[in-house]
Amino acid sequence: MSAENLIYTLLGLPLLASALVLLFRNQPNLRDGQAVLLGIISAGAAFQLYLLPTGASLTLLELAPGLTLSFTPEPLGKLFALVAGTLWPLATLYTIGYMRGAKEKNHTRFLFFYAVAIHATMGIALSGNLLTLFVFYEMLTFSTYPLVTHKGDEAALKAGRVYLGILVASSIVFLLFGVIGVWAMAGTLDFVSGGILAGKIDPFYVPALLALFAFGIGKAALMPLHRWLPAAMVAPTPVSALLHAVAVVKAGVFTVLKVGVYIFGIDFLKETGGSEWLVWVASFSILAASIVAMTKTNLKARLAYSTVSQLGYIVMGMALATPLAASGAALHIAAHGAGKITLFFCAGAIYVAHKRTDIQDMNGLGRTMPITYTAFALAALSIMGVPPLAGAWSKFMLMGGALDNGYLLVLGVLMVSSLLNLVYLGEIVIRGFFANPTRKLKGVQEAPLTMLLPLSMTALLSLALFFAVDLFIIDFGG
Amino acid sequence: MMQHLPILQVLLPLLASPFAALLRGRDVAWGLTFVTTGLAFLISIALFFQQRAIGETMIYELGNWAAPLGIVYVIDAASALVLPVISGIGFIATLAARQLVAAEIDARDHGLFYAAWLLTIAGMMGQVTTGDAFNIFVFLEISSLSAYALVAMGAGRDRRALPAAFNYLILGTVGATFYVIGLGLLYMLTGTLNLADLAERLPHVEETRAAFTAMAFIALGLFLKMALFPLHFWLVPAYAHAPSAVTALMASTATKVSVYVLIRLIFGVFGVEFPGIADAVGLLVLTLGIAGAFVGTLAAIVETDLKKLFAQSSIAQLGYMAIGIGAMSATGLAAAFLHLFNHALMKGALFLAIGMIAAQAGRATMGTIQGAGKQIPITMTAILFGGLALIGVPLTAGFISKLYLIRALLEQNFWLLAGLTFISSALALAYVWKIIEATWLQPRPKGAPVLRETASQYIPAWIMVVATLGFGIYATPLVEAAFAAAHVFIPSVAGAN
Repeated sequence: MSAENLIYTLLGLPLLASALVLLFRNQPNLRDGQAVLLGIISAGAAFQLYLLPTGASLTLLELAPGLTLSFTPEPLGKLFALVAGTLWPLATLYTIGYMRGAKEKNHTRFLFFYAVAIHATMGIALSGNLLTLFVFYEMLTFSTYPLVTHKGDEAALKAGRVYLGILVASSIVFLLFGVIGVWAMAGTLDFVSGGILAGKIDPFYVPALLALFAFGIGKAALMPLHRWLPAAMVAPTPVSALLHAVAVVKAGVFTVLKVGVYIFGIDFLKETGGSEWLVWVASFSILAASIVAMTKTNLKARLAYSTVSQLGYIVMGMALATPLAASGAALHIAAHGAGKITLFFCAGAIYVAHKRTDIQDMNGLGRTMPITYTAFALAALSIMGVPPLAGAWSKFMLMGGALDNGYLLVLGVLMVSSLLNLVYLGEIVIRGFFANPTRKLKGVQEAPLTMLLPLSMTALLSLALFFAVDLFIIDFGG
Repeated sequence: MMQHLPILQVLLPLLASPFAALLRGRDVAWGLTFVTTGLAFLISIALFFQQRAIGETMIYELGNWAAPLGIVYVIDAASALVLPVISGIGFIATLAARQLVAAEIDARDHGLFYAAWLLTIAGMMGQVTTGDAFNIFVFLEISSLSAYALVAMGAGRDRRALPAAFNYLILGTVGATFYVIGLGLLYMLTGTLNLADLAERLPHVEETRAAFTAMAFIALGLFLKMALFPLHFWLVPAYAHAPSAVTALMASTATKVSVYVLIRLIFGVFGVEFPGIADAVGLLVLTLGIAGAFVGTLAAIVETDLKKLFAQSSIAQLGYMAIGIGAMSATGLAAAFLHLFNHALMKGALFLAIGMIAAQAGRATMGTIQGAGKQIPITMTAILFGGLALIGVPLTAGFISKLYLIRALLEQNFWLLAGLTFISSALALAYVWKIIEATWLQPRPKGAPVLRETASQYIPAWIMVVATLGFGIYATPLVEAAFAAAHVFIPSVAGAN
């Protein structure tokens, strides 16, 4: 298929899936089966697009002179589309297993918005300019709201308000201003290799403009705009997987990275030093979130803060303003995606099989759920950055980038953070395998196969990514 | 026939008005109004395309008396753009008025209501078309006097409409008087009232104090009429207590016409080169505009009555138009025209939707709409989209105006002002969010009246919503038309778009 057709396919398949979900609402197996099938096709399409050379572009419509809705897959966007496209069918399969296993209600509505959210994510990934990105960014917020509040009780609605409130307000107040500001100064919003702002803006304003993006993209969960992420933990676990690994936060850091690389330009940021402050804000976010994570005993809450911390890596990778660090940040989108989705899948599996959510209740569970816990351990090691798992490479490249620009202190931050990861993720594994069970457990008691299969596959993905890393390193020049 | 279109669109509603007053019986007067405004709308659209096709100013001489002796009607890129806004809103508001008026106005008064309704539309169309400064005053009075009467007709349900109308009358008359005093000075200086003629002769006397005074009087009078902060106090009570249909019509048109007349006189007659105009109008209007944007927005945030809330928001939105004017550049004027057009659409949608709620529930407050998303989803979705457009979310018309407004300010290196403009418009999120949250995220209180919606109730609002979205998704022709309108007053510099 040509690149144009692949763009249509990637954008269209999730919409088709959502339409078919509504159509087959009374035939659960057909409804769920087609979603997984279309997901697998879209994963294939994303992979094919990833291998094609860049240069294709597709304009849907022109709003006003020079303002278009258009899609231009560039290396970074293609990588993100690949991450989202690959994780979507796995997440859908897992969702089906979870929803049936945990006896949640309203499967049709849930699957419908799940697919719409993937459509929005694809739109973000492939967007050719900031305006297109913004439109799909907002669409993603609104399509995930019904998922976050799925349970419909008081707590869910309250969390939903925080979720919608922070994401909408930050994007309207800061991000939109940034978008309009860029358009007024540069006369264009297109993502161009090397950036579009060099020579168009007084370097004095660069840090302020960058701040509009860094804090306007609330989905990147940079502290102090991270509150929505732990709040959204009330949602069913598949939503957490979607939020943390496939779509929402990944869309956030992807946007940060894309703006840094294709709007500001790495060289421009380095020359003006406009992103220095962000290195330290990201460092703070990395460490502070890790420390908060250690205090949480609810498994999902701990993983949520771990995500906030890990997102800091990607924002920092952009702010370090070297090609190596940016490549590391891009790789971390994939590596963290594979790792974190596994962790959440495991958390959901533990909930479905044993109805446990608190880490202190999980002593000895590893022995009854060997597959789940092995997957969890692998993913945890990847997040910590231990070879031979994917997270090792991205962390390594970030450190290299920090050295390139002489941020020695950042090396320390990254090391301390790895240590903290070891403590708060390691605890869960150690309790699982070595602590004595608080309650009596008998034999092997795993979650259903529809859940085990995706979580083992994503765990293996972390492993595979380490060895096939060459394929996923994007060269940002220099 | 075709060459008489410029006068027909004014004449039709003017002549239909006395008939409407005489007609008795349910829906007869409405039917006449509906047909008349529909025709006026068609004519103004035809004029728009005719003007675009020939690409130059069309002059219609009344009774074949040439200017400056006779009165001329001028269809140029600017008036051709504003006319369809007024007649279009007039038409859609008439469509909605059938239900709203039946619910809110005593059946005996329907004929008089529609007579005043037609007169105010005719007056506004006349102000936009005429090429004579005194003729503008005549039409201004026609539209204003009938508007006072329309507001006062809200008294049947809400006695507060009477003081509101009285206030409006006093301040409106003060404004009109200021305008006519300025005009007198100009006539004394130049001996002409034809706008084009005035523009030609003024440079010879521009150093005189009388010319400056004339400008000050005219500008001040129009500031009052367009409700520029801090001369806006008449607007909120007038909009809030008027019959719902009147609010929808006036909020989208009345102040806009004064904005247009201000542009026409300040830029078309005095011109950007006029001594002192950059300070007296430019800087002043910018300052008042941004102040109004904040005051209106903040007042809207704390307001609980929805008509008042959106009336306050109108103060803010007029502030944005003022900022576009105050930028004293082609882009700024284009932004003002864009926002004039776009804001008419979104406020039309909002007030029509709210009017339907108010007509049913007696009032439309935050309490009335709490949890209403489940009962009247289609109406509330219209309000949602209108609100998003007010904030300036992409894919709505509001985004396009905001975009060009900020660009106009940054072109002149008004960084601080651009930031303030953006912040105030982002603050609109607060009051829109308040409504979204109450409507969609909160449960309907027990014992609250059941709201209903039928197609005939929400279709008028939805026509405006579709237009708001349409001009947000495909704005290119509108942007071109707005720049063409701006270039009538400030000749184009190469490369602007």
